[in-house]
Amino acid sequence: MRSLLFSLLLLVAGPAAAEEVVLGLSKDKVAITATFEGSDILVFGAVKREVPIPSGDPLEVLVTVSGPNVPVTIRRKDRVAGIWVNTDSLEIDGAPSFYAVATSGPLEEVLSPGEDLRYQISIPRVIRSAGALHGLKDTATFADALIRIRSNNNAYQLREGRVAVDEQTLFRTSVRLPSNLTEGEYKTRIFLTRGGKVVSRYETEIAVRKVGMERWLYTLSRENPLWYGLMSLAIAIFAGWAASAAFQVLQRR
Amino acid sequence: MQIYLPIAEVSVNAFLLLGLGGIVGILSGMFGVGGGFLMTPLLFFIGIPPAVAVATEANQIVASSFSGVLAHFRRKTVDLRMGTVLLVGGLCGAAVGVVLFNYLKSMGQVDLLVKLCYVVFLGIIGGMMFFESLRAIRKSRAGGPPPKRKKHTFIHKMPFKMRFRTSGLYISVIPPLIVGVCVGILAAIMGVGGGFIMVPAMIYLLGMPTKVVVGTSLFQIIFVTAFTTLLHATTNYTVDIALAVLLLVGGVIGAQIGTRIGTKLKAEQLRILLAMMVLAVCFKLALDLLIEPSELYSIGTGGGH
Repeated sequence: MRSLLFSLLLLVAGPAAAEEVVLGLSKDKVAITATFEGSDILVFGAVKREVPIPSGDPLEVLVTVSGPNVPVTIRRKDRVAGIWVNTDSLEIDGAPSFYAVATSGPLEEVLSPGEDLRYQISIPRVIRSAGALHGLKDTATFADALIRIRSNNNAYQLREGRVAVDEQTLFRTSVRLPSNLTEGEYKTRIFLTRGGKVVSRYETEIAVRKVGMERWLYTLSRENPLWYGLMSLAIAIFAGWAASAAFQVLQRR
Repeated sequence: MQIYLPIAEVSVNAFLLLGLGGIVGILSGMFGVGGGFLMTPLLFFIGIPPAVAVATEANQIVASSFSGVLAHFRRKTVDLRMGTVLLVGGLCGAAVGVVLFNYLKSMGQVDLLVKLCYVVFLGIIGGMMFFESLRAIRKSRAGGPPPKRKKHTFIHKMPFKMRFRTSGLYISVIPPLIVGVCVGILAAIMGVGGGFIMVPAMIYLLGMPTKVVVGTSLFQIIFVTAFTTLLHATTNYTVDIALAVLLLVGGVIGAQIGTRIGTKLKAEQLRILLAMMVLAVCFKLALDLLIEPSELYSIGTGGGH
């Protein structure tokens, strides 16, 4: 029993003791206001160690930022009797609404497939593990389609070689959060690897919140939907009347 | 100028939305259609989630229709009595339509059915209107008296006759009620206000004068879309008030301009323009069905149909 505990302790503390991440974020809160146009977050840090820099494979750094998981339906069109219609669909319980990976080198060089499977770092890994995929046999093509479409919208980003590492100690990168962000906690993970193996990792969160008018309207729409609906109608009726009255005045002149 | 929409959770260009609202508003004021059939796909295109687009669009139509109907009230081209009869029929039809829609949805392939309905329906209505107004224009060019559309049909033999003074009609209430119910059903299934089905039905089936049709259609659209807005706001929480305000500022101004353009046109010119618009929408939908899309996959938020 004691030896088991001891080895567990070793597992937890073992790699972390050698090299550890000390992290800084340019901001850990993102406020979505009415004129929000996206946000750049600078992720920087240093590697703390009690021993000299190990020889052998150089230190590589991977930074991931992932938005809240949202259920997604992917539909495929097929030709039926000469017309194109949605035939098959696949539901994913939760795929991140935003996901970015920045690395200090080509992904396959800085991360081994085994470690990718274990920590779920690359985009395909994250999607495949995102939640139960239910629907069809060829789920892989649907997952690929999701990645393709979201990558085109910049919702999923793979930025290889964009983490700058100095003297195997200091690292920095910047992550661009797009303007169409979903509210929630954006999980930020830092991995240090050597020869494709993860030697240390660190996790933190960036809170993305609507503020001011945006927050007020959103809350009202969820908590008092009837009043919210009546308010929308009142605005519509008033605007209709105002335009009509204004044009009448203009015409009299 | 970019604006972040609180419910849609996307950031869009404010001026683009003002412009879109204005164009759709002009059409609304000219033809008495809500414009949802045009606006909804445009909103999809700029990245607004479909559910939010449909719900918010309804709210915007309330504004532009109200703006347009006030302009028509001043010209006395709104048949309140006819509008009310159509509205009663329309609301009954919408209730039936929602039940029917849910039944079709449980059977699957409802999207396809809706699209096919659309194409066939729009093609027939648009085609018929186009040729009818073309003939009317030719006749008026030839110098003859403006053609009288058939005054006495089976419609005039039905009971429960009512006088619709603004339209200059003395007909049974049954046909307008039936038209209302049919349009209500179709509107609920297709997810549109039904203006551009209602307008041709009023002209050709009920024999109402074209000028009165536009105002009367707008009058009943206000109520249908106001009801839709409330329904979406309370059940799906998908009405985006910021998006609605941007669209409706353009929409109400456009509607005023549209009504003024409408009064300058002759009845048959108005009909031929509407026919061309209906045919254009029909053509676009048909193309979507027939041409292989460049991206076969599409992403929707989970849960929806």
